[in-house]
Amino acid sequence: MTPDGNPVGASARNALAAPQPLLEIDNVTLQYKTREHLVTATKQVSFKVYPSDRYILLGPSGCGKSTLLKAIGGYMEPASGVIRLKGQEVHQPGPDRMMVFQEFDQLLPWKTVRQNVEFALNASGRLRGAEASERAAYYIDKVGLSKFIDSYPHMLSGGMKQRVSIARGMAMEPDVLLMDEPFAALDALTRRKMQDELMRLWEDTRFTVLFVTHSIEEAIRIGNRILLLSPHPGQVKAELNSVPAEEMGTASQAQLEQRINDMLFAHGGH
Amino acid sequence: MNTPNISSTPARTQPFVRPEYVRDTQAQEQDQVLRPLSVFETLYGQSWLRKTVILIALALLWELYGRWLNNPLLFPSFSETVRAFYTDIASGLLLKRAASSLQTLLIGYGLGIALAALLTTVAISSRIGTDLLESLTSMFNPLPAIALLPLALIWFGLGTSSIIFVLVHSVMWAVALNTHGGFRSVSKTLRMVGQNYGLGGFALVGSILIPAAFPSILTGLKVGWAFAWRTLIAAELVFGVSSGSGGLGWYIFENRNQLETANVFAGLFFVILIGLFVENFIFATIEKRTIHRWGMQH
Repeated sequence: MTPDGNPVGASARNALAAPQPLLEIDNVTLQYKTREHLVTATKQVSFKVYPSDRYILLGPSGCGKSTLLKAIGGYMEPASGVIRLKGQEVHQPGPDRMMVFQEFDQLLPWKTVRQNVEFALNASGRLRGAEASERAAYYIDKVGLSKFIDSYPHMLSGGMKQRVSIARGMAMEPDVLLMDEPFAALDALTRRKMQDELMRLWEDTRFTVLFVTHSIEEAIRIGNRILLLSPHPGQVKAELNSVPAEEMGTASQAQLEQRINDMLFAHGGH
Repeated sequence: MNTPNISSTPARTQPFVRPEYVRDTQAQEQDQVLRPLSVFETLYGQSWLRKTVILIALALLWELYGRWLNNPLLFPSFSETVRAFYTDIASGLLLKRAASSLQTLLIGYGLGIALAALLTTVAISSRIGTDLLESLTSMFNPLPAIALLPLALIWFGLGTSSIIFVLVHSVMWAVALNTHGGFRSVSKTLRMVGQNYGLGGFALVGSILIPAAFPSILTGLKVGWAFAWRTLIAAELVFGVSSGSGGLGWYIFENRNQLETANVFAGLFFVILIGLFVENFIFATIEKRTIHRWGMQH
């Protein structure tokens, strides 16, 4: 249980570079109504995401991480606090923040793989005509689905559907890609493969991604920065740096995993 | 960690240790994986063929019963009906009657769908609109269209407009109810995807909700069509002749008065034929090109 990687030192190194934050979550409290209650999902959460971050929101169920992502997506207004993207306040959904959902039914079933990506570009007014189809083909190729470009979603496996959703998200070239447990509904083998593919895509294009998960292993594997949330209501518990890719599978990964595990489960909620 | 001390307890069964093996699976792959279906299996897989066989069997039963009864006034046989049908088709009478019926039907059906679209739009755009649609459909949907015919006669007189009025009534509630139900069952994720593209209002309805709810909408259109067809024939029967040229209902009514039972059967036969055609060609084609292809229905 030796505290590894000094967080103070890490943030000092970042401060030297001092880039502008891309996404700022400032003291955000989120509440939603059920039939009987007003539920506070997150309480005064603040964090900053920088360009090309692979930023992970990690926490047990009930820590409001998905709700937080929805708010960043613009699907709900914070009860208090502000969400800023490139300095602009976020109030409604828009193509500058593309969501990749957990559900397989996020593709439009009446459109082929190519049309699904093209339609996103057309409908949002990002690109039209030949340019749109060119870019769609490029990103579909990137996720390795060129052979299935004219298939309908119902002909694809779960993993392939999620790849199309990722291709669609990336093709829009958003400021930030919001991923809400996109691999949670996949089997373990496919899931592992998709994680590696996502890393490869990131190496290629260095997009900014905000990734929600409840798997500590996935968080360390995918993220460079991990925000730990405690449940009921969701509050920031820690913000950690993940281990670099070349140290994956070594003692430092196991150590970080253990450390996160202790923080989340050892002393309960707080 | 590796050896928990519980294992020292006596009489605890350990799994039987077996030797491992690894096989080369490439070698024996040729047969068994793909086998062509037999002729019978192929034919039995065709739905149109199965249905045709059923229809032929039914026609055969009809013919046999008609001949055994031997009373053309009460129950003409299949061949007599076909003969009467052929004669009136050849003379053009039946076609003229059918055309007149179909014209009225299409006007009523189209108007009904347009009104249903309007009502559903109101219903999805506000909560009070939903309440309106729900109250109206629960009031009027169970009301048989024919029951409105006397009222229609008072309002619109003895003419096509009365029939169109009852047709609209029979189509619109079924279509509106199904379409609205379809919209409500569109998954939340798909709506959010549409909003993510920056779509809202009519753009969201047109490019996300309508295609996503298409299976329900199509069911509504089919039910509406069947209701309209039924209502039309019934209304024409009650009406007798309206504006010079009667429809199929009038043809049936007229021939019953003259005790031409075979022609009555021929009229009913034509009603069935048109129904089969619309169901198995028009609606089936739409289904094949849309919801089957999209994997929304199997």
